[in-house]
Amino acid sequence: MKVKNLLKAALRSLAKNKMRTFLTMLGIIIGVASVIAMLAIGQGSKQSIQAQISTLGTNVLMIFPSASSSGGVRMEAGSSQKMTIEDVTAITERCPSIAYITPQVRSSGQLVNGNLNWRTSVYGVYPNYFDIKNLKLTSGSVFTMNDDRSAGKVCIIGQTVVTNLFGADADPVGNYIRINKIPFKIIGITEKKGQNSYGQDQDDVVIAPFSTVQKRIMAVTYIQSMLASAVTEALIPNASQEITDVLKAKHNLGPSEDPDFTIRTQTDIANMATATSGILTILLATIASISLLVGGIGIMNIMLVSVTERTREIGIRMSVGARGRDVLLQFLIEALLISLLGGLIGVTIGVLVSQLIANILRWPVTITIQSILMSFLFSSAIGIFFGWYPARKAARLNPIDALRYE
Amino acid sequence: MGETIISVKSLVKTYKMGDVEVHALRGVNVDIVKEDFAAIMGKSGSGKSTFMNIIGCLDVPTKGQYLLDGVDVSSLSKDQLAALRNHKIGFVFQSFNLLSRTSALENVELPLLYNKKISSREMRTRSLNALEAVGLADRAHHFPNQLSGGEQQRVAIARSLVNDPVVILADEPTGNLDTRTSIDVMGIFQKLNQQGITIVIVTHETDIAAFTKRNITFRDGKIIRAIEVDKPRNAKEELANMPVLAEEEL
Ligand SMILES: Nc1ncnc2c1ncn2[C@@H]1O[C@H](COP(=O)(O)OP(=O)(O)OP(=O)(O)O)[C@@H](O)[C@H]1O
Ligand SMILES: [Mg+2]
Repeated sequence: MKVKNLLKAALRSLAKNKMRTFLTMLGIIIGVASVIAMLAIGQGSKQSIQAQISTLGTNVLMIFPSASSSGGVRMEAGSSQKMTIEDVTAITERCPSIAYITPQVRSSGQLVNGNLNWRTSVYGVYPNYFDIKNLKLTSGSVFTMNDDRSAGKVCIIGQTVVTNLFGADADPVGNYIRINKIPFKIIGITEKKGQNSYGQDQDDVVIAPFSTVQKRIMAVTYIQSMLASAVTEALIPNASQEITDVLKAKHNLGPSEDPDFTIRTQTDIANMATATSGILTILLATIASISLLVGGIGIMNIMLVSVTERTREIGIRMSVGARGRDVLLQFLIEALLISLLGGLIGVTIGVLVSQLIANILRWPVTITIQSILMSFLFSSAIGIFFGWYPARKAARLNPIDALRYE
Repeated sequence: MGETIISVKSLVKTYKMGDVEVHALRGVNVDIVKEDFAAIMGKSGSGKSTFMNIIGCLDVPTKGQYLLDGVDVSSLSKDQLAALRNHKIGFVFQSFNLLSRTSALENVELPLLYNKKISSREMRTRSLNALEAVGLADRAHHFPNQLSGGEQQRVAIARSLVNDPVVILADEPTGNLDTRTSIDVMGIFQKLNQQGITIVIVTHETDIAAFTKRNITFRDGKIIRAIEVDKPRNAKEELANMPVLAEEEL
């Protein structure tokens, strides 16, 4: 049979059973639409994570103590107290690839201004923290190393803290707040940064000199972690090696022994985040693909019913000269048409749903040509795959058996 | 005698139903020559349909030889058999076997769809001609359920002849029709036969068999008699002489 006639015959028999055709197609439509939407969500979150990470600067390193075991009990990573300020000094002196380094401690603090109060994280760092993180101030200035040496009671606060303690448009530089009952002078306001990719508000912070937080607020002698930046991005591996050597020597660890600290670069974090969102994408797409598969089984089911119902028609066609191949093609094309048409509608709906998600839920979505092509290919493959068995069943009938079928 | 179109030797067909064997044909020998018009008769269950299905290449014999137009059919593949049904055989069924919800014209076109050599335009004209030959040109766009039994059978005949077959096989073509319509249908067969088409029909009725040139009688899966019809009835004349009044009273 010619292709044109095959298509005509297939379209006609699909049109004869409009409702059934539509319901069969619905399985594919839902499957394809959800694959498209899920991939769009996955891709979108991946891209927004990558975009955020790339703004942080790629030459940053974080150093924190490894999870340690004390008396056989594993402790939370970073909970060890093995890092001290001497480690920072040693790195500063002996690591040429490091441009800046700061110790870090973090405590939670209860902030009070008059009758307003607010609870947030208080970071203790060196002034060069602002260089490492490329953090700018909208008002005031950064504290100095002198403030650190004297454990001066000065602080820099984020916009969220300003809003909650002073009101949205206030500029409280020069004012005093109490942090855990200790009065601090506000000397700067950080630039607004918004949420990071984990949904944390980056403006909800208080940054104070390292010694101030360590001694006055936390009253400890250790440091929780260090943040450093390499001279250039290319020097990150060197910087990492130098830090390892210096810290191992300081902690009396042999070269073959496991370090008691971990170094993370910004690239590591970026890779981790990307991998996580990649897994998320795969997971979402897999779930959606299963619904596409179920749609395919729907096609197979209906085609099997259709072959049985139309056994006599098959017999008539064979009696006037249809070959097995002609019958096979006829049913296969019907299955393919259902899945292709379903795929087309599914892509349209998937794109629309993704836009809706973007507009209403404000989630980042990215629709890629690949995801459209892939679901299209996938749905036609499903049409052929699940249409094949019923079609072959029809093609293998004997003319006389088909004609006699009641 | 002209050339032999159908040549059957010791044809056997046995159906196995579990342990029971049904011997539908037990050694049939017959030759049908070009331009023959034969009627196959016999009691119910004597093997007529089985025989027709085999010579129509819809079924295969258990044993025996069958030459169609000089070709040994048993050596052919499924696809070649399909091509044979398409080009050389026109089959007419007692129950019409038209595609439902498909117009008369498209039903007639069906065999041409499976004939790659024919263009869409030619398909149309040939189908219309075939409908014309059975007197149904004005019903081309009717669906089977909008046609009478006689008209449906004529559509089926048009379908059987649209591909210029060497033989038309009709299994009880008048079985579901009244007397007048039956004569009508026999008239069409006589006309086609005069144009040179070989025809074999199955019928229970001697009246109908009298329109053919040769009567072959089956009993218990064997041919027991084959006779030339002395003076075949002429459907055209009989229809012309039928009292018109009697028809109107019906
Ligand atoms: N598919 C089948 N399976 C088993 N037995 C069959 C089958 N087809 C026919 N038979 C048997 O073969 C024998 C011949 O059947 P066939 O249909 O050829 O008879 P027939 O002469 O056409 O009868 P009728 O005039 O009633 O149509 C019968 O006994 C029938 O029961
Ligand atoms: Mg019969």
